[in-house]
Amino acid sequence: MTSHSNSIENQLLRRTFLKRSTLSVGTVALSSLLAPALLDPSRAAANNTTSLGLEPALGSTPHFPARVKRVIFLSMSGGPSQFETFDSKPKLDEMHGKPMPASVTSGQPIAQLQGQELYCQKSLYKFNRYGESGQQISELFPHIGGVADDICIIKSMHTDQINHDPANTVMNTGTSISGRPSMGSWLLYGLGSESADLPGFVVLTSKGGRNPQPIATRQWHSGFLPGRYQGVEFYSTGDPVHFVRNPAGVSRNNQRQLVDAIGQLNKLEQQQRFDPEIETRINQYEMAFRMQASVPELMDITDEPQHVLDMYGTEGADGSFAYNCLLARRLAERGVRFIQLYHRGWDHHNDLTTFMPICAELTDKPTAALIQDLKQRDMLKDTLIVWTGEFGRTPMAQSNKGNSAGRDHHMRSFSLFMCGGGIRGGQTYGATDDLGYHAVENPVHVNDLHATMLHQLGIDHKKLTYFYQGRKFRLTDVAGEVLHDVLV
Amino acid sequence: MRDFTSYHLSACLALFCGLFIGPQTAFAADEIDFNRDIRPILSAKCFQCHGPDARSREADLRLDTREGLLGADGNAGVVTPHKLDQSELFRRLTSTEDYERMPPVDSDLELTESEIANLKTWIENGAHWAGHWAYIPPAMPEIPEVESEDTSLADIDRFVVRTLAENELELSPEADPITLARRLSFDLTGLPPREDMVAPFLANPSADEYEKLVDRLMASPHFGERLAMYWLDLVRYGDTIGYHSDNAQHISPYRDYVIDAFNDNKPFDEFTREQLAGDLLESPTTEQIVATGYNRLNKKTEEGGAQPEEYLVKHAADRVRTTAGAWLGITMGCAECHDHKYDPFTTRDFYSMAAFFADIQEVGHYRAQNHPPYIELGIDEELVKEKLRLEDELSALKNPDSSDKSLSDEERAGQVKEVESRLAEVTGELEKQSQNSRKSMITVSVPPREVRVLPRGNWLDKTGEVVQPALPESLVETQPAEERLNRLDLANWLVSEENPLTARVFMNRMWKLFYGHGLSRRLDDVGSQGEWPTHPELLDYLALDFQNHGWDVKRAIRNLVLTRTYRQTSFASPELLKRDPENKLLARQSRWRLDAEIIRDNALATSGLLVETIGGESVKPYQPAGYWQHLNFPTRSWEHDKNENQYRRGLYVFWQRTFLHPSLLAFDAPSREECTAERPISNTPKAALTLLNDPSYVEAARYFAVRSLQDETSLSAAERIEQLWTDALTRSPSSTEREVLLELQKSQHDYYQQHPDEAAELLTVGMKPVSEELDPVAVASWTAVTRAIMNLHEFITRN
Repeated sequence: MTSHSNSIENQLLRRTFLKRSTLSVGTVALSSLLAPALLDPSRAAANNTTSLGLEPALGSTPHFPARVKRVIFLSMSGGPSQFETFDSKPKLDEMHGKPMPASVTSGQPIAQLQGQELYCQKSLYKFNRYGESGQQISELFPHIGGVADDICIIKSMHTDQINHDPANTVMNTGTSISGRPSMGSWLLYGLGSESADLPGFVVLTSKGGRNPQPIATRQWHSGFLPGRYQGVEFYSTGDPVHFVRNPAGVSRNNQRQLVDAIGQLNKLEQQQRFDPEIETRINQYEMAFRMQASVPELMDITDEPQHVLDMYGTEGADGSFAYNCLLARRLAERGVRFIQLYHRGWDHHNDLTTFMPICAELTDKPTAALIQDLKQRDMLKDTLIVWTGEFGRTPMAQSNKGNSAGRDHHMRSFSLFMCGGGIRGGQTYGATDDLGYHAVENPVHVNDLHATMLHQLGIDHKKLTYFYQGRKFRLTDVAGEVLHDVLV
Repeated sequence: MRDFTSYHLSACLALFCGLFIGPQTAFAADEIDFNRDIRPILSAKCFQCHGPDARSREADLRLDTREGLLGADGNAGVVTPHKLDQSELFRRLTSTEDYERMPPVDSDLELTESEIANLKTWIENGAHWAGHWAYIPPAMPEIPEVESEDTSLADIDRFVVRTLAENELELSPEADPITLARRLSFDLTGLPPREDMVAPFLANPSADEYEKLVDRLMASPHFGERLAMYWLDLVRYGDTIGYHSDNAQHISPYRDYVIDAFNDNKPFDEFTREQLAGDLLESPTTEQIVATGYNRLNKKTEEGGAQPEEYLVKHAADRVRTTAGAWLGITMGCAECHDHKYDPFTTRDFYSMAAFFADIQEVGHYRAQNHPPYIELGIDEELVKEKLRLEDELSALKNPDSSDKSLSDEERAGQVKEVESRLAEVTGELEKQSQNSRKSMITVSVPPREVRVLPRGNWLDKTGEVVQPALPESLVETQPAEERLNRLDLANWLVSEENPLTARVFMNRMWKLFYGHGLSRRLDDVGSQGEWPTHPELLDYLALDFQNHGWDVKRAIRNLVLTRTYRQTSFASPELLKRDPENKLLARQSRWRLDAEIIRDNALATSGLLVETIGGESVKPYQPAGYWQHLNFPTRSWEHDKNENQYRRGLYVFWQRTFLHPSLLAFDAPSREECTAERPISNTPKAALTLLNDPSYVEAARYFAVRSLQDETSLSAAERIEQLWTDALTRSPSSTEREVLLELQKSQHDYYQQHPDEAAELLTVGMKPVSEELDPVAVASWTAVTRAIMNLHEFITRN
């Protein structure tokens, strides 16, 4: 239909504004007569090429050779305690039950413990040494202990916000002000996606543990970046993606015919309008149609052997973190750029000895399984895995509810681990003070984490920018240092 | 424009002629204009270290002022007019030595050759300096004289045509009447053309009928809805608090106030005063009190462990960002932590503006899903008075000193009983009214909190100076009064003649609503990092014309759509596209995908499902189950409306800020957590899936088909396609288009004949029942046709 004469024919057909009722019009837009004369067939032909996946917005990326192709970001939402995971503090054990020195806490932001006496709280679990590296990890996480030599633990994290909502925003967008793009969106903007039939940025969630903290779409939103870089939430139960299922009574073939008809009609318009948006629209409908098959295919794990299911500890589509970890691997195999898993249950203000084991039980084994599975498939080397909360917890006790102690929100220190391509495994980086209150040795801000993550993907975090409201914005705002010491 | 055809012809010929002109720069290379050509270079490449921010200023040199550049008081500047060799600025920019060349090697900044050439010319021509265009008062320009035989040219057109002529271009031909009718309908009401509205114009597309159509559309109550959609983005209207629990808040009457304000053509200065300071007006009306809901639209938290003082600081900053963004188009938010890097605003300005809002009654940490103060609407005032009277009466009766001594104890007891019983009745009725009343958060003024400059924005740092409410120092000669200023002073200044920004910013944004882009392209920043207007004199003209005619919004908008420029076709030849890809010269109209809410409205209106009620509580259309699973405190689930509210316009959809309805999100509706002056326009598979499969759209398509099958029982397939297509797109299908749909209908019909159960299933999507008299197979196959039409690019595009 791209030949000259056909186009003219179409145009003439269109100009017939015959209409029933009062909408009949006797005048014809002569502007449409002009169009064929101006048609540039070479341009139309060039537009017919369909690219796979999402093109990066920047021609200049990567800025240097990438160590990894993708990120799997394990968001332990609620803020796991560093003192029951990765940060062993003998001094805190010693001081247990004694007042936290005022010199440490005065002038510091305090969340739920505002106005209360502050007492030291020892670690409620034993720490063991794991692997050849002998990394110290709490006894609650033996499986992560099993991959101790693959992971780099950072004990000197800190952030700017003490409440979940804004702290989650910082962890995902680098600042607490709403409306900024999330890290996954920045990655798509910089690198595009390799998946032709799945979104490049996928979010999965699970819960279990204490009353789950709310999360918000802003945590995977594209902010002021174009909407195509937005994260897409996948649901491990029910419809896997909103509107991915055909309406009731519409078969796959019905839908195919429909999408074909839409495509043909849109092409007819494109031939007259020279509007690249129409070409894009046609491609998006094709992608949508492909997603309608590829998403269910992704979620259908019947092709996974039993020993793999056992390794993760999942039976199937049960909405668990374990199932999501398995899906994360499947998404990684299919070229998805940024895969984010939330587990909502880590807000242990009280009854920590009840909730922490639940969270550990739900996440320890699958996390380790994901690492091992990727390793076995030779994919760990080009995957970056990050395990982190949005902040940490106080070295002081809180037990405002229930019988046993818990811990309050804490932004001056927390722990996380990184793993995968280019990360120096078996290493512990940074340290907190004796009481675990402040990150003192090699403190790492969230912006530094983001800078390092981008670096592994071949991106100079200072150069991945977007002009908005009069200035160049970036994921790391005006800060961020790459942590070269944790890299191989 | 008495006769569309003749104009098309002459303009077409002109465009053909235009094609023979070779490619050239988009703008005529006049002499250098400081604001257009030089300031943007200095701003982007130099101000970071040599700009308004005193703390990061290097070498005590600032290049954002005349003094800094050209010297003053005996100090030599870095630029000597006419003398390149005596201009240190130029020497340092062009030095071949890394150690002295600016910008520094490690800054990632570099000047292009053309930028250096412009600076060179500027200095050689005398280095004329001017204040930033947006910060100096607009001046009323002469209406340009243009050579044109077109007698329909409006004043606005003359500015456009002059620029086009300078670039050897002309206006494009007018769009055809159908396109114009659709364009006007979407632009002015956010709805597709209604037959009775547009028929007279389509029957007789004269200038006169065009004008009448414009007036009809602007008189429609949907005009207010359309304008409100945009205003609600600016003021970040949401039905929920935004942080953490993101619980519902009472505010929808404020949204209705905005709709009414545009419908009633409330002057923009009044509109401004009422929102910022309605409570401070003399004897404010209920409406003016509802308007002050504006001050309460900031995000709020109910999160356990939130530090109230920290959130009061967040509220204050939120209000400064929004007020500066919505009215002034400046990025004041930058000055929360440091002096602005590009514009003349200090942290002191930021906190002084925050101080205007320090009297708003509020808390930093809300509890129990209640966000006082709010007003209860629909309470019977007479009943309230009666209650007060009864209470007085009762206390008098019960007080032996003040009551009537002539009464016997028995009589007194009888009266007490009587009054008590009536009081119980009245109290009960009032409680019932209160429960059923619509509530809306409002502003109540209390003694102001102390506001300090917070170093680096750190609320724990109390070392900063205490500040009083004050207007930005760089924008006013003196503060308007000696005593403490209040929100009304702020509002009055925003819409005063001395304010160079508000009218320009508003008209620039109105231009965007009707032409697709601002005259200054960055709608959210007219500061020095914004964009030099493509038509600066036109923008000044529009601003002053708006101001001088009593901030009359309808008049201003009417003038925007009654232009030849507006009526141009949005078709562009490849040559024109190449010549001016961003349409900065306005040699054509723009086209864009409709906004999220309008996409919904269009589908509902086309199908016949739309319920046109204006205002009211927010509504809940179908939404995927489980979408709210991540909300907590408390957990809740979305219950879609089971009555006519199911079919209301998009702007009434319950605006859950942390989980906005996925179908609105898919078409770029903002969460409204922050002031949004311009939505991005995406084109994604998510959007395609929404239009294809969201039950709202499937039901609309089915209802559209059902209506046709019911109303027109004797149409052939081809005729029915003709009818549906025309209803949806206001034009007839071409024969090719018709063929595509005939084929679709036929194959779907064949399929459903073989699978009647599936046809029946499709009929169950949505709440609207389908008459049993209709053949499910016919309904299902025609639903495929209507789904196809309603998924077309053309269907969701404003051309």
